[in-house]
Amino acid sequence: MNALPWTIYISFAGAVLALIAGARSASAARWVALATAIAAAVVAFAAAADFSPGPGLQALKDVPWIPEMGIRYHLAADGISLTLVILTALAAVAGILFSWNIEERTGEFFALFLALIGGVYGVFLSADAFLLFVFYEIAIVPKYFLIAKWGSTNREYGAMKLVLYSFAGSALVLAGLLWAYALGGGTSFALGDLAQAASAFSRGEQIGLFALVFLGFGVLAGLFPFHTWAPTGHVAAPTAASMLLAGVVMKLGAYGCLRVAMPLFPVGFEFWQSTIAALALAGIIYAGLIALVQDDFKFVIGYSSVSHMGFVLLGLAAANARAVSGAVLQMFSHGVIAGLLFAVVGRMVYERTHTRQLADLRTMPLHRKLPFAALTFVLAGLASMGMPGFSGFPAELTILIGTWKTSPLWAAFAAGGILIAAAFTLRVIHISFFGTTDRSASPVAPLASNTAAPAMHELHYGPITWAEKAGALLLIGATVYVGLKPDVLLNWIMPALESPLMRAALKQATP
Amino acid sequence: MTKFPLLSLLVFTPCIGAAVLAITRRASASVARVLTLLFSLSTLGLGLVAAASFDPTRTGMQWIEQHTWIEALNVHYRLGLDGLSLVLVLLTGVVSPTALLASWRIKSSARAFGALFLLLQSAAIGVFLALDFFHWFVFWELSLIPAFFLIKLWGGPAATRAAYQFVIYTIGGSAFMLLGFAAIFAATGTLDFIRLAQEAADGALAESLARAGGWWPTAVFLGVLLGLAVKVPLFPFHTWLPSTYAEAPTGVSMFLTGVMSKMGVYGFLRILWPLFPAQLHAVSGVLLWLALGGVVLGAFAAMRQTDLKRMIAYSSINHLSYCLLALFAVSAATGGPKPAAHAAAAALSGTILQMFNHGISAAALFACVGMIESRCDGRRGLHDFGGLRTVAPVFAGLTGIAMFSSLGLPGLNGFVGEFLIFRGVFGLAPWAAAIATLGLLATAVFLLTFWQRVFHGPARGATTAGFAALSGVEYATLVPLVALMFILGIWPQLLARLINPLITTWAGHLNLP
Amino acid sequence: MNPDYRQLLSALLPEASLVLGALIVLGVDLFAGRQRAFAPRVQLSSWLGLLAIAIAIYHAIGASPAAANFGGVFAFDALARAARVGVLLLAGFTLALLPGTSRLAHPAEYVAILLFATCGFTLMASAQQLLVAFLALELASLSLYVLAGFDKSRPESAEAGLKYFLFGGISAAFLLFGFSLIYGLTGSIEFTEIAQQLRVQPTTPLLVVAVVMILVGFGFKAAAAPFHLWAPDAYQGAPATSAALIASASKLAGFTLFVRLLWHGAGPAAGSVSSFTGAPGWLPVAAVIAGLSLLLGNIAALAQSNVRRLLAYSAIAHAGALLLGVIAAGSAGPAPLFYYAATYGLATIGAFGVIAMIDRISPCQRITDLAGLYRRSPLLAGCLFVYVLSLAGIPPLAGFFGKFAVFAAALKISGLGGPIGWLAVLAILLSAVALYYYLVILKQALVVPPANDAPRIAVPALAAITLVVVAALLVVLGIFPSRILTLF
Repeated sequence: MNALPWTIYISFAGAVLALIAGARSASAARWVALATAIAAAVVAFAAAADFSPGPGLQALKDVPWIPEMGIRYHLAADGISLTLVILTALAAVAGILFSWNIEERTGEFFALFLALIGGVYGVFLSADAFLLFVFYEIAIVPKYFLIAKWGSTNREYGAMKLVLYSFAGSALVLAGLLWAYALGGGTSFALGDLAQAASAFSRGEQIGLFALVFLGFGVLAGLFPFHTWAPTGHVAAPTAASMLLAGVVMKLGAYGCLRVAMPLFPVGFEFWQSTIAALALAGIIYAGLIALVQDDFKFVIGYSSVSHMGFVLLGLAAANARAVSGAVLQMFSHGVIAGLLFAVVGRMVYERTHTRQLADLRTMPLHRKLPFAALTFVLAGLASMGMPGFSGFPAELTILIGTWKTSPLWAAFAAGGILIAAAFTLRVIHISFFGTTDRSASPVAPLASNTAAPAMHELHYGPITWAEKAGALLLIGATVYVGLKPDVLLNWIMPALESPLMRAALKQATP
Repeated sequence: MTKFPLLSLLVFTPCIGAAVLAITRRASASVARVLTLLFSLSTLGLGLVAAASFDPTRTGMQWIEQHTWIEALNVHYRLGLDGLSLVLVLLTGVVSPTALLASWRIKSSARAFGALFLLLQSAAIGVFLALDFFHWFVFWELSLIPAFFLIKLWGGPAATRAAYQFVIYTIGGSAFMLLGFAAIFAATGTLDFIRLAQEAADGALAESLARAGGWWPTAVFLGVLLGLAVKVPLFPFHTWLPSTYAEAPTGVSMFLTGVMSKMGVYGFLRILWPLFPAQLHAVSGVLLWLALGGVVLGAFAAMRQTDLKRMIAYSSINHLSYCLLALFAVSAATGGPKPAAHAAAAALSGTILQMFNHGISAAALFACVGMIESRCDGRRGLHDFGGLRTVAPVFAGLTGIAMFSSLGLPGLNGFVGEFLIFRGVFGLAPWAAAIATLGLLATAVFLLTFWQRVFHGPARGATTAGFAALSGVEYATLVPLVALMFILGIWPQLLARLINPLITTWAGHLNLP
Repeated sequence: MNPDYRQLLSALLPEASLVLGALIVLGVDLFAGRQRAFAPRVQLSSWLGLLAIAIAIYHAIGASPAAANFGGVFAFDALARAARVGVLLLAGFTLALLPGTSRLAHPAEYVAILLFATCGFTLMASAQQLLVAFLALELASLSLYVLAGFDKSRPESAEAGLKYFLFGGISAAFLLFGFSLIYGLTGSIEFTEIAQQLRVQPTTPLLVVAVVMILVGFGFKAAAAPFHLWAPDAYQGAPATSAALIASASKLAGFTLFVRLLWHGAGPAAGSVSSFTGAPGWLPVAAVIAGLSLLLGNIAALAQSNVRRLLAYSAIAHAGALLLGVIAAGSAGPAPLFYYAATYGLATIGAFGVIAMIDRISPCQRITDLAGLYRRSPLLAGCLFVYVLSLAGIPPLAGFFGKFAVFAAALKISGLGGPIGWLAVLAILLSAVALYYYLVILKQALVVPPANDAPRIAVPALAAITLVVVAALLVVLGIFPSRILTLF
């Protein structure tokens, strides 16, 4: 358990090593990166094995850092952090496996990738608002370069948009945190101390502070209508970066909302609760409907991420232990599933067919050419639809149950969202992988495209590599395991919600 | 009660079969077929074991298996078997292998077809045996996926659209059912059917749901109703059905109509009625009309079809609506001044028998149409044929029996169920029974039209080229089904004995909480 | 008042070493350098200059903080010590870049003038009296005008020098006018006495005029909007090393003097910005200038296609943030401001240093001239990555903590209850805008492939070490800001 901070150090060290190794050979950089990610994952899993769930953050490391400003280097974990750390570990390993074919500036790619991972670990393990913010920003910048350099469609625009949105969000967070810090006397950034200070704030201040911090984090979580960076960013990003973006980075936002905004400003939370729920529902439904009519395979997945993150936010807005535990479970679940979906779309399919247009893909029955990819995508799609047996189902069910307790109406809308998710997922499944070579016989949603090479389906695609298989199996295993045994995570998450801080957030807002 | 996990075995043997098929990459198509069939037959075998050891005098669940599954959600792995489940497991056991036999000649990927089919079968059995909503819903939803691919990949030209429509409609219903159960869990903290049924009988369930607002019990009820109604389907949620059944490959159509449609009716009997007796009662007037709509309009729509598969598909709507009609009639009479226990018992046993009988006869009819289709270049229009009886007398005979079974001719199995239903409904809601006879009439008309156009008269259209004699596999498909029609027609007690105590209990507790 | 000249000399040893160093550089070049080739001349002058700066640093560190203030002329407090060492270091880094970059004729003169300028900076850092302050300022400014116009091979350099000179002259006039008014009002030129006098005087319109004049003068010097007009042209035209010095050491020294003059001297006339109905004084004026600089700098920078002009506008924006630090220094002390100014100086030196290195091979003016830097010189690209991200305020680099400390101090004054708090929030939000143009630079340097004929850039060892040290300092100070904060 106390070794958890090493996930951060290992990742950063790995970033440097990958950069050095990359100067020599690409494959050295790959292996260094993989070894690093696996080492961090081993640390994370060992810590998980050693973890005894309980309320409150369990300190890992707590030393003064900048005593002049009351800032401490304080790392701590509870069940929620641990869940997300495990998610990060999985996503990192899988992401590296799916980036095995990066040939250009390999060392730099993996260095940025690992730096991003290190930042993410850091956010999940921070118990000091300043520290959390530092790691949060460290995780933002590498994304720009990952996308702008190694991305695809419209990558520079996508990268810039994504980073500016994230950074604008983080600026709001910074403004909120500094305001709260100043209001509280400017003595400490520890989450607990801030929360205590915030309890003396006026209602108006709480409302304003919550709005700043929640909105700031919410941008990264894909909060409607500030989600527009997500689809373009996901689409532009290289596969591994999309996997991380949708899989982990969006969770940073949701985690920030849960860890910082809600416990610190419960009064403000109560005020904004219905607004957040409305926005979350709008996101679920709007993004789902948009996903339903996309022509680009990756855009479908991009919008689906927004839709699924809407469930997370809805769970948070419902503000009871049940719903929030569902939201955390959904974070994990969506992290794994989105990673898998992007892996199939970006790596397995796009790298071979060089098209993501559904109109083109439908003319090549990929399930014959790439059966493994088809199977993976079907499984991931089912998981994404919230099919029982995969992790999405217990998560969405838990969110629904919890949301119902707060407002049956919200839950009803959310159920509509599940239906839409099923619709767009099935649509891409059958168009992308189970198309027919006969173009005239494609009755669903006629899409105009003249770009398809006529004999595309005659091409022979390279076989799925071992790295892809390993990555896919890892993630599939995770979603199925958690789908069948959500207890593993829920038993960590539920006690964490019993901590006084969380209780304040959840109790205040539960009618 | 032994520790032997018979029910788990029932559920998972086909699953294991699917896994075996998935692994054995080198197996030839014929090996794959045989393997599939063997694993599929396991249901029948184990079902018969269960039937043999079944104690019909006991009313509760038997062979219960229970393990903690998800503590945080109070979910248990619970399987149990009562008369209702047993009948449906047996039905699955009969229909699945015959459906596989009917698909013996599918052109591509016998292995994938077999694996998906076994998954579908496994999911269906899971639905019939699960006693916890979570557990039940897992199978309920998972059944859609193999069905989707079976229809899409092996179906007719418009199969994609049909499959898509089918799954989306069903998931649409399921989403609201899920929501309903989320609400139930939020209110009660359990998803166990048996416990929920008890709470419902005490009125505690509605009370706890009503804490969120007075009309929420009704809303939750409507959500669950929607989920089930789409699956059966109840008029007017049936629009997905004809094209799905028509586009699916024959074997899959057989399974869909034979088994999957029963999952919906089963849901009505196992979930909706026990959990929401009062709410069901409150809307039973409307539902009766909807069921009648299914009965009458389904039959009339079938009359207008020129595609034989669509015709049988519509007839399925008609037949399944009888089941619901009976249930709604019982519900409408629940708590009434006149304790119509006798009529209710008749109606309910009619429902269960009708489920089994319709499963067999509709499957047989689809098999017959499939055989015609496979011999005549995929044609199956009503006007494409003529004089088939002279060309293929044996086949004509078997089809005829299936048809008359479907029609409800006394002596064949269909008669018993329909008769009981009508008898029950007459006792409970005479007007409904009267209207329902219209449907009976129309059914007779379209089936006889079918019979006359295709089998009588001079050889016309596709049949003039001759009609290859039935192969061994095809005999193996039809003969067991037809034999069962006779057996059950003559000896309905074979099944009725399994469900009688259950029916008696049900009919004896027709009170509102 | 009997100043002890020996003590004075010992206190001013750093300045003395600088002046001596400058003279030695000139002398050595005159006698030994003329015959040599260009490169060794530059080497020789630079090393001599560095030696002088090293000695100055040694003395600056050794200077006793308790040293007498010589009748209020100098203050050798912690701030002075830190600022002197800071400007010396920054000047040293700038000088260390010279051997690799300079194609300037007369390297010895350049080094000497740079040392004179540095001498001005160190005096500014410790000045405690209007006259000394003005002299120090003018010594520094005049040297800088020359440095800006030093590249005779390019007309832009002359333009830069001239513009800088004209605006600087005007600002000097404003300052002098303000100083004289203050003197007239208080009868003193020593900050502490000025403060005593002002404390008992009511705020008269004349005082306000005086303070506003001083602010305008400083606004010119610090390139704060709306007095920034010279900056883009000067940055664009001046030799890169001169621009680096203007943007780094000069800023640090200027803001040190500024905070001392305003708070120690004109403190009682500060007024208030902690509520919307605050008292009049120089604080509201400074707040307005800060806000304008932040807005104008950040927004105008978005439209730049010349990397030097972009850095100039970013400097304007940073000047706005630094003014926030000045405002907050009243309550939080000078530590955040100093940290900000010092680390900002480091990052700018680095950025201009990289530009200077590229300039050796091919002109580096447009942002696209940076294209493919990652391949032309991975070292420069990596360093530029650190500098630019530090300017953008990305943790864990020093630029982030500087902003953080300044904004926290500003917010601590009255939360969001007054304009100062909102100004801080504005600054925070604008940092998101700023990220855009910083990323545009980094995109060219790290993402866009080089033009086909772009040669590799060889970096001289001394410059390479300097750049790496600067980058390392940004990282280390960013992670351990207490190292600087505890100096005060």
